[in-house]
Amino acid sequence: MSDTHAQTVAYVRETMLPEQAPPSTAAGPIRWMRDNLFSSVMNTVLTLLSVYFLWVVLSLVLPWVWYGSWTASSLRECREVVSDLGLAHGAACWSVIGERYLQLIYGFYPDELYWRANLAFILMIVALAPVLYPNLPRKILWFSALYPFLAFWLLWGGTLWTPVVAVAGFVLAYFAFEILNRAAGSLVGVIAAILVPVIWWLLLAGPVANGLAAVIPLAMEPVESAKFGGFMLSIIIGVTGIVMSLPLGILLALGRQSDLMIVKAICVGFIEFIRGVPLITLLFVASTLLNYFLPPGTTFDIILRVIIMVTLFASAYMAEVVRGGLAALPTGQYEAADALGLDYWKATRLITMPQALKISIPGIVSTFIGLFKDTTLVSIIGLLDPIGLTANIRADSNWNGIVWELYGFIALIFFIFCFSMSRYSMYLERKLKTGH
Amino acid sequence: MKKTTFFGAVAAATMTAGFAAAGTLDDVKAKGFLQCGVSTGLAGFSAADANGNWDGFDVAVCRAVAAAVLGDPQAVKFTPTTGKTRFTALASGEIDMLARNTTWTFSRDVDLKFTFIGVNYYDGQGFMVPKELGVSSAKDLDGATVCIQTGTTTELNLADFFRSNNISYEPVPIETNAEAQQQYLAGACDVYTTDASGLAATRATFENPDAHALLPEIISKEPLGPLVRHGDDQWADIGRWTLNALIAAEELGITSANVKESAMAAGNNPEINRLLGTEGNLGEQLGLSADFAKNAIAAGGNYGEIFARHIGESTPIGLARGLNAQWTDGGLIYSPPFR
Repeated sequence: MSDTHAQTVAYVRETMLPEQAPPSTAAGPIRWMRDNLFSSVMNTVLTLLSVYFLWVVLSLVLPWVWYGSWTASSLRECREVVSDLGLAHGAACWSVIGERYLQLIYGFYPDELYWRANLAFILMIVALAPVLYPNLPRKILWFSALYPFLAFWLLWGGTLWTPVVAVAGFVLAYFAFEILNRAAGSLVGVIAAILVPVIWWLLLAGPVANGLAAVIPLAMEPVESAKFGGFMLSIIIGVTGIVMSLPLGILLALGRQSDLMIVKAICVGFIEFIRGVPLITLLFVASTLLNYFLPPGTTFDIILRVIIMVTLFASAYMAEVVRGGLAALPTGQYEAADALGLDYWKATRLITMPQALKISIPGIVSTFIGLFKDTTLVSIIGLLDPIGLTANIRADSNWNGIVWELYGFIALIFFIFCFSMSRYSMYLERKLKTGH
Repeated sequence: MKKTTFFGAVAAATMTAGFAAAGTLDDVKAKGFLQCGVSTGLAGFSAADANGNWDGFDVAVCRAVAAAVLGDPQAVKFTPTTGKTRFTALASGEIDMLARNTTWTFSRDVDLKFTFIGVNYYDGQGFMVPKELGVSSAKDLDGATVCIQTGTTTELNLADFFRSNNISYEPVPIETNAEAQQQYLAGACDVYTTDASGLAATRATFENPDAHALLPEIISKEPLGPLVRHGDDQWADIGRWTLNALIAAEELGITSANVKESAMAAGNNPEINRLLGTEGNLGEQLGLSADFAKNAIAAGGNYGEIFARHIGESTPIGLARGLNAQWTDGGLIYSPPFR
């Protein structure tokens, strides 16, 4: 059979022809452009219009950016330098950034202490890493837990014993809970875990810290809050707000879904109140009203006040985002958890919350990004964040009248931060994707 | 319930601790520095340089008071305040005095319970227009669009002026001076109105200042001065007479250059002797050292020197003395006698 054709057909190709490159119009960049840019008359017109628009914008912006002066020492001098270039739309005066970038980053933080701020920033990345990337060693989480106290000490300086006794409060709370939980039941344990550290912080922590400081004086040069500014301030407020608002928001979301009437009422009242009030109002309360309520002479740090307000604000929004995730879970998940005999906290921790958080990632990250950008509002209450510093820099008679360069620089830095956050959230979504 | 009482007790304890301190002067001496509220940034009046050192016309007042009280013009901590936070910062005791181009008005003095300790700059609201508009008087501005900062006295003054002249205008509300500058240059409004010193400072930053004119009309009185809280007269006196010492020093020809020499020994002029503490006990009466005025003058010079260095005609802001000349030169700057 096999050689039937050998007799009837003159020639049989026994090997495949090698693949030919497709014609140039059907592959590579030309094909791509035909498919995506010039597939119809309408699209061609739109493409050409877009290219023209890009050309117009970039031909204005790029020379302005590129030929900008880095050397002029004042706006006046810069204008002379730039007008000598003979560009139609002038050029930027980047030297203001060159002169003031340290101030835009650190505010008035003493320059011989910049290393402390830098170290705090690097350690922040170390502390965040195990939270962001779960395949790192879990032991680093202990460092993450201690990091806030370490960062406080690095940034504000003063005696080491203040953060140490603050940590001691949490340790005491843990032991009080462990001991009383076994001896007298979980409710007593919880109450003791709240009361013991509060008593410790309010009554004993101060004298103990002073005593320890007198015996072993471990202290760094203190830096007052008024010296904090620039992106350092934005990052302090933003990151603290972000880190604290997520757990608070989760608790509020659970509270809002709770069957316990009082818990539910408190959570709903809190969320609705905070969401009904603009952030700037809360900041005004923090900066001005609190001063009237607190006894004169009390120093309640302004940055701390702002952080508290920003955290409360963000946690109300976070609660609603997380509640959205919880609501999106099929009832079957809750019932399955019950059927397995899990108690409420186990069911939440193991079954519902991981899924709800996964669904809410885009919303959570949006809230984070919004919160980080909202930190610029503190300029209205007189804190010198980057936006607040622009007024200050313009008040220097050398730079009075400069606008675009400053705002452009600040926008670029903010973009880098916010864009990284959004890329991270996309990575996380991809990684946690379990659907089909 | 237990917790509430407990917190109350803590709050009460802190409160008594806070009240234990007496007057502002003792507080400042105990702290070792003066906490002074200034603007977050206003060209010539207060600004921090690249190293974070504050300087300016208002800042100089703070430094003079610090020098008078503590003998050291650097013993000041500055709190940047915005138009919205300045009064609460002072009222709550966060700052000891406020030197932030603040207009002395009846309601601020009486209703908000502050004491203005003098006037360090007599300002007034003016108008700036592009020359190509061909306007020579504010009364020609019928139908003009006007850039105006919201929530300030200038807004009210503007309405009053146009109404009393029976002409109309269209306001373009803006928030900050920097925004106003951009709007005005972009042609969003025909006229920009704010304090004349601010207009001059703004015009000086334009690429082409000669293309813009300040109109001759000044439509309001804006006496700008430092202020302290009501109720501590000794502290108010210290501020008032420190400012007066700077003004009197200019009148009497005492400058930062010759103040040390003049304060060495009593000279022929009894007023100078009393001012510099070589005669009489004026400093003691204030609760300060005898050479308080000498220290204040040595800090940044007399009033005229401070003016010339920060906002005078040789600076980019380029303000003429005008109303702020000494009364002997036809201005309003006048110190009561040191006697």
